[in-house]
Amino acid sequence: MSRYVALVLQTLVAVALAPALTGFIRWLKARLQGRRGAPPWQPYFEIRKLFGKEAVVSHTASWIFTATPFVVFSTAVVVASLVPLVVVPSDPFVAGDLFAAVYLLLLGTFFLALAGLDTGSPFGGMGASREMTVVALTEPTVALSIVALALNAGSTSFSQIVAHTLAEPSAALGSGHLLAFAALFIVTLAETGRMPVDNPSTHLELTMIHEAMVLEYSGPYLALIEWGASLKLLVFLALAANLFMPWGIALTLAPLALVVGLASLVAKLGVLAVAIAVLETRVAKLRLFRVPELLSASFVLALLAVMSTFLAR
Amino acid sequence: MNATGIALSVMVAGYAAGAFLAALAPSQRAARLITALGALVGGSGGLAAALIVFATRTPYDIAFPNLVAAAGGVVLRLDLLGALFLALVAAVSLPAAVYGITYTAAYEGRRSLRVFGLMFNGFLLGMCLVPCAGNVFTFLLAWEFMAVTSYFLVMTESEHPETRRAGLWYAAMTHFGFVLLVPMFLLMAPGADRTSFADLRAGAALLPAAVRSGVFVLALVAFGSKAGIVPLHVWLPRAHPAAPAHVSALMSGVMIKLGVYGLLRVAVDFLGTGPAWWGGLVLLAGSASALGGVLYALAENDLKRLLAYSSVENIGVIFLGIGAGLVLQSYGLHALALVGFGAALLHSVNHACFKALLFLATGNVDHQAHTRNMEQMGGLIKGMPQTATLFLIGSAAAAALPPLNGFASEWMVFQALLSGAQIPRPEVAMGAPLAVGVLALTSGLAAACFVKAFGISFLAMPRSEGAAHATESHWSTRAVMGVLAAGCVLLGLAAPRAFGGMSRILVSLSPGMSIAPAPTTAGVWLLSPYGIAQVSPLLMASLLMSVIVVVAAVMRVRGLELRRADTWGCGRIRQTPRMEYTSSAFAEPLRRIFAELYRPAEDLSVSVHAESPYFVRAITYTSQVVPWIEKAFYDPVIRGTRALATHVRRLQAGSVHVYLLYITGALFVALAVAWWFE
Repeated sequence: MSRYVALVLQTLVAVALAPALTGFIRWLKARLQGRRGAPPWQPYFEIRKLFGKEAVVSHTASWIFTATPFVVFSTAVVVASLVPLVVVPSDPFVAGDLFAAVYLLLLGTFFLALAGLDTGSPFGGMGASREMTVVALTEPTVALSIVALALNAGSTSFSQIVAHTLAEPSAALGSGHLLAFAALFIVTLAETGRMPVDNPSTHLELTMIHEAMVLEYSGPYLALIEWGASLKLLVFLALAANLFMPWGIALTLAPLALVVGLASLVAKLGVLAVAIAVLETRVAKLRLFRVPELLSASFVLALLAVMSTFLAR
Repeated sequence: MNATGIALSVMVAGYAAGAFLAALAPSQRAARLITALGALVGGSGGLAAALIVFATRTPYDIAFPNLVAAAGGVVLRLDLLGALFLALVAAVSLPAAVYGITYTAAYEGRRSLRVFGLMFNGFLLGMCLVPCAGNVFTFLLAWEFMAVTSYFLVMTESEHPETRRAGLWYAAMTHFGFVLLVPMFLLMAPGADRTSFADLRAGAALLPAAVRSGVFVLALVAFGSKAGIVPLHVWLPRAHPAAPAHVSALMSGVMIKLGVYGLLRVAVDFLGTGPAWWGGLVLLAGSASALGGVLYALAENDLKRLLAYSSVENIGVIFLGIGAGLVLQSYGLHALALVGFGAALLHSVNHACFKALLFLATGNVDHQAHTRNMEQMGGLIKGMPQTATLFLIGSAAAAALPPLNGFASEWMVFQALLSGAQIPRPEVAMGAPLAVGVLALTSGLAAACFVKAFGISFLAMPRSEGAAHATESHWSTRAVMGVLAAGCVLLGLAAPRAFGGMSRILVSLSPGMSIAPAPTTAGVWLLSPYGIAQVSPLLMASLLMSVIVVVAAVMRVRGLELRRADTWGCGRIRQTPRMEYTSSAFAEPLRRIFAELYRPAEDLSVSVHAESPYFVRAITYTSQVVPWIEKAFYDPVIRGTRALATHVRRLQAGSVHVYLLYITGALFVALAVAWWFE
């Protein structure tokens, strides 16, 4: 029973922390670029403000448009409940494995792309088309990273992968592990709409991907979508952190372990957020048709990861 | 004759009555009703027979040795594997038959619905008899019957030249497969008078390895041409769109699955374990079909052709499962092989369900908007809200999104491919991750493809008059689509149970697969035998629903103000459909990335003002994707056949004396051959 409570609580922690993560990256980016920037907790104010506003919906839009924010938000929440955050999930309570998590996120993207098309705006269509292109090209890399992890752990379940890495710390520094991490990190950038694939702070029509899809959203709907996007970023970073460097994660429900687990999660997310912020100030956005090159590079990394895992076995 | 026999008799009688009474019907309207009634009775009988075999787990045998005794007589044998495919055919034929009542009304006065009824019921009977066949003669008879009747159904709208071309392709490809089936069966048969399937099984065990491999390759090509694997898929995107919607649903949903049935029957049942390269060959065919199918589906603007290419993709996914199973079996990993074969069976059922739904919905769109071209659609969700919702469910299932049925079977295929890592030979095991990558890319592209199929056709503003005035079709068509959509949801949520059924079927074929370790289903969980990965579509669905309900309730309590306004448009005055993204535009990025595969023929002509080239008068842009693989593969074949036919024509001199000479020559050759073999 207490496992259930812990799972629900850690999901709520993730939902609560997600806007801060986005805010932190934005703030750090601003500092690195020599601006003062809004404080890291600014996204909370934005979400509150948006929830208080009215929603404007296009005449052309159908129920798909109004249903999408709920689907996007809830898929992100359900995925957050699957992945290892503070506590290692124990199998009988987890509805899915890594593949299930990837496909649940795909469900959210599927609806978001439909909503982009629903208003009949050319921007929405542009965003939907580009987003689906990028997502389709990232899938093989995600799958091969999963294979690289699964080969070591003998399973695609989160708890098995975490348990295996904890039991054999030497494997975590193996080439297979590191290459898979690099591949998954590139995929994280692509899937969550970060530089160099997409620019989260742009509103220039021709360069937007994610922002173009959600251009028509306003008020509480926009709040849900923004929150869902932050949560997706958090989930991906938590995956990268806890699947490859699980140390610190709580194995039991003892209070001390939970505190250490939470602190280590925040610390790991912080490190990855710094990496993203630095990266986003250092690199320029790629042209859309250069993105496949980046993604195929990440695919090759993932393939090498699998090969070296095979050879190391 | 027990209950199964009675149900089978009802099936045959229902279809036969439907066929002949429809042919003799007093009016076109009566013909429509009789066609459906016969199909319903026949389908119910078939379903009942299959369910009884499932429930009692006893195969049913019946033989009519005096019926065409020279060819071995008609022998029916319905075992668990056959029952699964019989149930599949019968279950999909019921909604298709009801759908046909109102759908075929549009043909009244244009085509003979009497002939249509005859062929429709004949087609269903043929499809139902294929999995029941117990000897070579019965199988080939049912197979050919199915092929010929479906040819006439494809030709329903034969006034279009495109349909006639499609019919020619279909007839050629299906007979190409048939020609290979005969030697395949004969190689396995131990004697000319021993052609029952039990004899073939016994005969196959005694064959030398090289002949067994020959049989396998023949089976793969022959059944693969029916299933539509790349590069034998050419007839599929031509014939399926040409047929009426409910016939397309049957052809794409179940007929191509009989190719899967045939392959499983020969490879798993008759031949049993073979060398690993058999599985490798199937994996290769599966990968090519999955990727090729989805990429061509993406570039397609005709909704029915898109769905047909998507069937090629799904057959590829099924073949990936079978291939994984064959490879694992050859290394003695029978329990893991079970996952591969089981995933293939489950995906066959799932694909039948959602593809039938999608084709029926497309039929409604075609009748209402009077087009199959997605560039002419748009905004249909307003006029046809229920059809749109049903199409969305089918699209989400086809894109393998959880918790619908496509997800469950693709997850199992993934797990089967992952178990490839257990193979002791690393150079073989390395192939598994590559197949995983192919499957992942396929499912990502399928998601993009179905965003396009649903989003461009049903959302935003109508792009043509027809689309603007589309309304819902007859309620019965929506009701049967509702049943299929419910099937997509239920098969997704109850996937563990369904998979349990599939593994029982496989264990009955090859008892070796029941060896421990690892159950593959438990309660609401789908389990992987490789490690202990598990997934529960039911639990995921309830989690998703509860979060949505909580969020929606919170929003409702807080109060949500809605204001309707125009789509934002950078200060333009009025929004028109011309501003929308089109079907071609949506696929453009992927078309550029995979340009090498598509090799589009593009034509851009700009006419400018005589005074200055900067004043453009008109721009015409046409772009066409011609599948160059088809060209490269089939053009030489067609040219060669033509050339050969031209040479052979010289035999036809027109003189009786020459023909008499031929007959004498043939007689001497026959005698000489007979003497030689004696």
